[in-house]
Amino acid sequence: MAHMAMMNKTDEAKFDGRALVKFGLLAGVVATYVAVIGMIATFSQRQVVAGLLTLGQVLLVAPPLGMAYFSARKMAGESGGKILAAGASIGLLTTLPLIGLIILANNTNIRIMFVNISPQLVNILTFGQDSVFVGVLLLLVVLALASVAGAGLTLLPARWRQALVMGVASTLGIALMSELFVVILRERLGNNFVRLFFQSGVMRWYTAVGIFLIAFGFTLFWQWRGTQMRGRLQQFTAPRQKQVRWSGAGISGIILLILPWALGTFLSEVLNNVGLYILMGLGLNIAVGLAGLLDLGYVTNFAVGAYVTAVLTTTSQYGLGPIPFWLVIPIALLAAMLTGFVFALPVLRMRGDYLAIATLGFGEIIRVLVLSDWLASRIGGPQGILALQNPSIGNFFFARPEHFYYIILVACLAMLFVSVRLNNSRTGRQWMALREDEDVAAAMGIDTILTKLLAFTLSAAAGGVAGAIFAAKLGTVFPQSFNLFVSINVLSIIIIGGMGSIPGIVLGAFLLIGAPELLREFQEYRLLIYGALLIVVMLRRPEGLWPSATRRRELQDAMDLTSHLGVVHSEVISHGQSANPSRMD
Amino acid sequence: MEDLRRRLDGVSWVDLFLWGLRIVIILLIAVGAFNTLTSGKYTITTWISLSISGLAQGSIYALIALGYTLVYGILLMINFAHGEVFMSGAFTTVFIANYFNQTGFLNTYPLLAILILMVIAALVSMSVAVLLERIAYRPLRGAPRLVPLITAIGASFFLQYSFRGFYGSGFQTYPTVTALSGTFTVGKVTIPVVQVVVFFAAIALMSGLYWLVERTKMGKSMRAVSEDKEVAALMGIDINRVIVFTFAIGGLLAGAAGVINGLYRPQGVYFFMGFIPGIKAFTSAVLGGIGSVPGAMLGGLFLGVIESIGPNLVLEGLGIDGANQLKDAIAFTMLVLVLIFRPQGILGERLSEKKA
Repeated sequence: MAHMAMMNKTDEAKFDGRALVKFGLLAGVVATYVAVIGMIATFSQRQVVAGLLTLGQVLLVAPPLGMAYFSARKMAGESGGKILAAGASIGLLTTLPLIGLIILANNTNIRIMFVNISPQLVNILTFGQDSVFVGVLLLLVVLALASVAGAGLTLLPARWRQALVMGVASTLGIALMSELFVVILRERLGNNFVRLFFQSGVMRWYTAVGIFLIAFGFTLFWQWRGTQMRGRLQQFTAPRQKQVRWSGAGISGIILLILPWALGTFLSEVLNNVGLYILMGLGLNIAVGLAGLLDLGYVTNFAVGAYVTAVLTTTSQYGLGPIPFWLVIPIALLAAMLTGFVFALPVLRMRGDYLAIATLGFGEIIRVLVLSDWLASRIGGPQGILALQNPSIGNFFFARPEHFYYIILVACLAMLFVSVRLNNSRTGRQWMALREDEDVAAAMGIDTILTKLLAFTLSAAAGGVAGAIFAAKLGTVFPQSFNLFVSINVLSIIIIGGMGSIPGIVLGAFLLIGAPELLREFQEYRLLIYGALLIVVMLRRPEGLWPSATRRRELQDAMDLTSHLGVVHSEVISHGQSANPSRMD
Repeated sequence: MEDLRRRLDGVSWVDLFLWGLRIVIILLIAVGAFNTLTSGKYTITTWISLSISGLAQGSIYALIALGYTLVYGILLMINFAHGEVFMSGAFTTVFIANYFNQTGFLNTYPLLAILILMVIAALVSMSVAVLLERIAYRPLRGAPRLVPLITAIGASFFLQYSFRGFYGSGFQTYPTVTALSGTFTVGKVTIPVVQVVVFFAAIALMSGLYWLVERTKMGKSMRAVSEDKEVAALMGIDINRVIVFTFAIGGLLAGAAGVINGLYRPQGVYFFMGFIPGIKAFTSAVLGGIGSVPGAMLGGLFLGVIESIGPNLVLEGLGIDGANQLKDAIAFTMLVLVLIFRPQGILGERLSEKKA
């Protein structure tokens, strides 16, 4: 902590005119980048407040606003006027690259190369003004105001600032999900009620103001009374606390059970996808989060589960069955475990980065194989396998997303239980020891080979089950579903959520899989955002969004050690850990 | 007797499994090759022309592989996003190449036009590589090994989708250069001119790099830093400058490789084009001994040839249909096999000693 404070102080001393120009131009480059890759134009199709504000505009003002806020924080202690002036100049500087962009777009046919520098983009940047000059002036004013607001935030007392941020964030969040609210509200309260507050699925301006005021007021109130209320909960007697906790669990259980019927088919499908990724995330977490084995070929297990299910339950010519789905699940699980085991054997001696690339190779080999003509007579090649039988209990057939939800829920809960138990078990601690230092773990008497094999095999099991459910849910299996992106999605969930942290993975799956499905505009930029998040998380918050307590402590220690010992010593440490990536004893 | 028993105790069942695997693979290769060669389906000229196209493809892998190897030699990290560095140059230049083609510049002065294209691609890739180092890798120097690798994976996707945003998701095609589209015949073997040009262009670039590393002061600093960073710093070498320079050189070669690749295989220029060449180049680097400059060159050529003759020689002999579809699988299998059985690569002796 002391170290951090010291760093801030040196930064403060350096913050001068040059830094200001740097920050302003940086914000401008970010805004221009977002415009050139087409995000602003795409996001402008979604309105935040009917007729007033689009998501594209929010995206446009975000860089100068954020940059002004951060620079103003570094200037803390200066006079208010100076801070506001700095904010304004950042806004003005941001505009410079954007003006360049507008000039380029209007006077050259750069669009042949950069597809997104379109008249439409210019139209958005100049706020639909006919005269480019007026439009650019408007852009200057808007961005300057935004960055003055950003800088001004630092002048407010902390509680007001927090309330303001909460208010804006809740309004934006609800605005993004407004279609969802409209669907749910229309069913319950009728069309007229909805139309009063929403205009074709978009918030009206007074709705937005209302939501902002509610969130704003609530945050202020919570700051005032929140600590008292939390204190009261702690004063409860132990049995009473237990009662509260159990009733909480009961209520969430009931909510989980009725959720698909409350949300409808589309949202159930989204939930199902999230659930499958939670399942895979928890599985891969055993290898990556607990044992520290970076596996980039997780899709292998998913594919094996899906293809085993397909071959055993299809009625088409590739079928070996059909066998009831409930029997297939354990078979798929065992098949995936076997695959995990066999693929783990050759990589047991590899370390870290080599292991990652080798497993990536496995994933690609599987992809090439399922697509090839060689195996086409068995598993259909590029045409895939059609006509899988639906799972059934008696005469009831699982056919709709709402039905599959329950299968996925059961699988997720089972995997959650296994994960929690493993986390606190002897095996779990062995994995963590392995993750921290393999040589030391071996010296402590841990059989590293068996431990690693166990991690890979158990991790594969969850992938197999997810694959089996995925195949049954779609009713068909196509090789295109089993690509590198599955592995990357699962890995991103774990790393962004928090390595080794179970709640982190659930949160990660909702954020990375659920949110983009609800926001069509994000779909196209999904992997771009994942990539950026992976970098930012590793740079700023390596423990993830919702870290497990142990992991956070360990990382903190490691960081402190690094910063105190300096570069030379940390080099020595990392060499010691990584010497000889694939030692053959 | 006692000695033998002690030795057997040291061998675990995993080692036995790996030995078994090794024998099975060697047997498979031998049987496949024997079957194909005795079937008489291909003549010697086929093998020669396959090998030559393999060499041309391999020289492109070698150019990209040098980027992996240089960075690994100095930072001991795998720059997973290097395939995207290659893509950035190739994808940007395709538009300029088409413009040159429209104006007729490309076919009136082919040599000059291609040189200009290579310089542009090299500059684009170089900037991407340097930015990558500055933003994604430098702050994490000294962090545990997996951390920069994860950042690199993130950077890889970030770059792919940024370029998709810049230039769209469509496939682009390099124009054909008429001066390079002919063939000539040596003995019975017909060789496309473009393959020869590609091969020698790559060799020229690699010789330039070799000269740079072995003969210049900067090259000396690079070797010193890869030998021992701390001591190099004590000798007055600016480590950050050397690292940036290394990334820049790797990017430069990858960008030039992008244009050369466009001459050789004009089709399929799009935002994801860097992934497979990236992995194959990494395979080449490992094959030759990662960290070793001549190793990467050798590994690239070797992989190119294996990939070119492997499907016909081995897989067809084993009775596998559509063997050429499995070309990529061969490269990935090679990667895994090398990592298992000879992770130090062909020329990697020195490095494995250093790191032990």
